[in-house]
Amino acid sequence: MNLAVKDIRHNLGRFALTALGIGLLLMIVMGMGGIYRGIIEDATLLPDRIGADFWIIQRDTRGPFAELSRVTPNLVHRALAVPGVRRAREFVYHTIQRERGGKPLRVAVLGLSWPIDKGEWIPLTAGRPLGQNHFEMIADQTLGFQLGELISLGKDTYTVVGLTKSMISSGGDGIGFFTVADAQSIQFDTAGEAIRLERAAREARGEHSEFVTKQPSLLEQAVRPAQELPAIARPQISAVLVSVATGVDSRCVADIIAGWGDVSVYTKEGQRDLLLKGSVEKIRRQIGLFRVLLTLIAAIIMALILYTMTLDKIHSIALLKLIGAPNTVILGLIMQQGLLLGLLGFGIAFAVGQRVFPMFPRRVILAETDLFQLGMIVLVISVASSFLGIWKAMNVSPNEALS
Amino acid sequence: MKNGFAIQTEILTKVYGSGNTEVVAMQEATMNVSRGEVVALLGPSGSGKSTFLTAIGLINPPTSGRVFIGGQLVLEGSRAYTNLRAFRRKHLGFVFQKANLIPFLSALENVEIALEINGSSHRAARIRAMELLDYLGVGDRAENLPSMLSGGQQQRVAVARALANHPSVILADEPTAALDSQRGRQVMELFAQIAHEQSAGVVVVTHDHRALDVFDTLYEMEDGVIRKQSEVVAS
Ligand SMILES: Nc1ncnc2c1ncn2[C@@H]1O[C@H](COP(=O)(O)OP(=O)(O)OP(=O)(O)O)[C@@H](O)[C@H]1O
Ligand SMILES: [Mg+2]
Repeated sequence: MNLAVKDIRHNLGRFALTALGIGLLLMIVMGMGGIYRGIIEDATLLPDRIGADFWIIQRDTRGPFAELSRVTPNLVHRALAVPGVRRAREFVYHTIQRERGGKPLRVAVLGLSWPIDKGEWIPLTAGRPLGQNHFEMIADQTLGFQLGELISLGKDTYTVVGLTKSMISSGGDGIGFFTVADAQSIQFDTAGEAIRLERAAREARGEHSEFVTKQPSLLEQAVRPAQELPAIARPQISAVLVSVATGVDSRCVADIIAGWGDVSVYTKEGQRDLLLKGSVEKIRRQIGLFRVLLTLIAAIIMALILYTMTLDKIHSIALLKLIGAPNTVILGLIMQQGLLLGLLGFGIAFAVGQRVFPMFPRRVILAETDLFQLGMIVLVISVASSFLGIWKAMNVSPNEALS
Repeated sequence: MKNGFAIQTEILTKVYGSGNTEVVAMQEATMNVSRGEVVALLGPSGSGKSTFLTAIGLINPPTSGRVFIGGQLVLEGSRAYTNLRAFRRKHLGFVFQKANLIPFLSALENVEIALEINGSSHRAARIRAMELLDYLGVGDRAENLPSMLSGGQQQRVAVARALANHPSVILADEPTAALDSQRGRQVMELFAQIAHEQSAGVVVVTHDHRALDVFDTLYEMEDGVIRKQSEVVAS
């Protein structure tokens, strides 16, 4: 006869409620683990997926994901000239915030180097990669755009041609993929009045300049867009992505480029580590700490519940001792209930979590290793927290059955 | 050798507490119960009857003195000569005044558990438990939880459980307090019958003077001292 089950059957409603409570608690613990995993995954998604062997970035910066990095576009050609380099791509990355339907809309704008990179490496859930140099975009689902929808950004309108899932910046914003040219025009979109004022200012500065006095036609150049003026344009791409030819050690190539005085080089792993140590480090540590605390709280609550469950049965336990039941019977009664509670709680946490987590604003990833780990923790908690009850049960005298 | 006796005690003394709060609940209590003998223990409240019963029941060891069960020395003071819990489940049967049953088990399961912890298979336990309940007239309530049984029915389930493992000693503390006099008498008669049939020693603490003719021997306890009454006092 299984006493644990008989007792539960007798107090079924209460046990079910307790299991539900523990289940929801464990769900939060599970969710915390998932959010932690999600943050890491989101942060490292781009460097992992983009398929570059290394990144060339502005000297002494930590790359486009961690901070602002600006390099000159001709860096692409310099990189291509290095022996062993198969492909060098421009990379533009920045986050914009606009409004859409009255709500703030944050888009991580990522420029792809048309035509060598049309976004074939992006895992699409619908649609296609970019098909032309302008006015097309691939959007992440979290942005809420539909396939074929027209989106106005800056002075132009872009058609959503492809959709992705879970392509998210380390800040949690959905990524919009454009060509580099489009990404730049979104970034440097300036109001007409601002442009007019800037030109006037340039002309005014020019009039006092020796060059213009010597060669007045220079002033005519001042009215052209800034990025067409090599003399005054700022470097406009964030980084250059380099892939090496097969059979070439990317380390050697990277070392050559790292020797140039104006740039730094990061490997994929370097960029990944940098992201984890840099921009998401604090949030990652905080969530990790929260997860540990929640696990501890769950353990304490479970121990208390099992303890009170034992207290409720203490008269029966004394009676069992009185009629001579061996300790294994009493131990089994408490331990089995603890394990059952843990098991049910874990099951409920998983089942409810599956439905609830997709509604969270940030991605929750239930990795198998994490689930397994949590399962083990719950197992240990169940057993350990049974000990408090078992300790109480072992100390009760059979005499107490008579009072 | 003390083989003819189911229970034998030698100058059992029990002292609760110490110093100012010291209570001598039992003083040099000596009682011999033969196999097949049914003994009643009478006495006013607080005289130490339960203390004596729990001492020979190996639940609440005496401060000093020796307890023999079936001729075997099991207790000397608080020192145990055997695993008391295992000894209880094999050789002793208990019935108490109230709250005898495990509330989350049915009547049948309450009897079964006593058999199963003593090594019976589930099947064998079920058959024997059902037999016992039928024998005690509560077979039709086998599936009921204790809370759904009357006091008398609960008491009979407890008796069935006490009998389950063919104990050589049955100890009952006011088992009929919750019963009407007719039912009470039936239970007492049952004890007598079992004692004789299974040659078990039975000690019953009782306040009920109407059923004393059922007993073979009467003992009177007062202020912790046990005296044997030579004559049976009828109501
Ligand atoms: N655990 C205890 N601690 C201290 N004193 C106790 C304890 N148990 C019993 N006593 C005392 O020992 C004495 C005998 O108690 P006991 O319960 O044996 O009496 P009893 O004859 O069974 O009484 P009743 O007929 O009321 O059940 C009483 O004075 C009681 O107060
Ligand atoms: Mg008493």
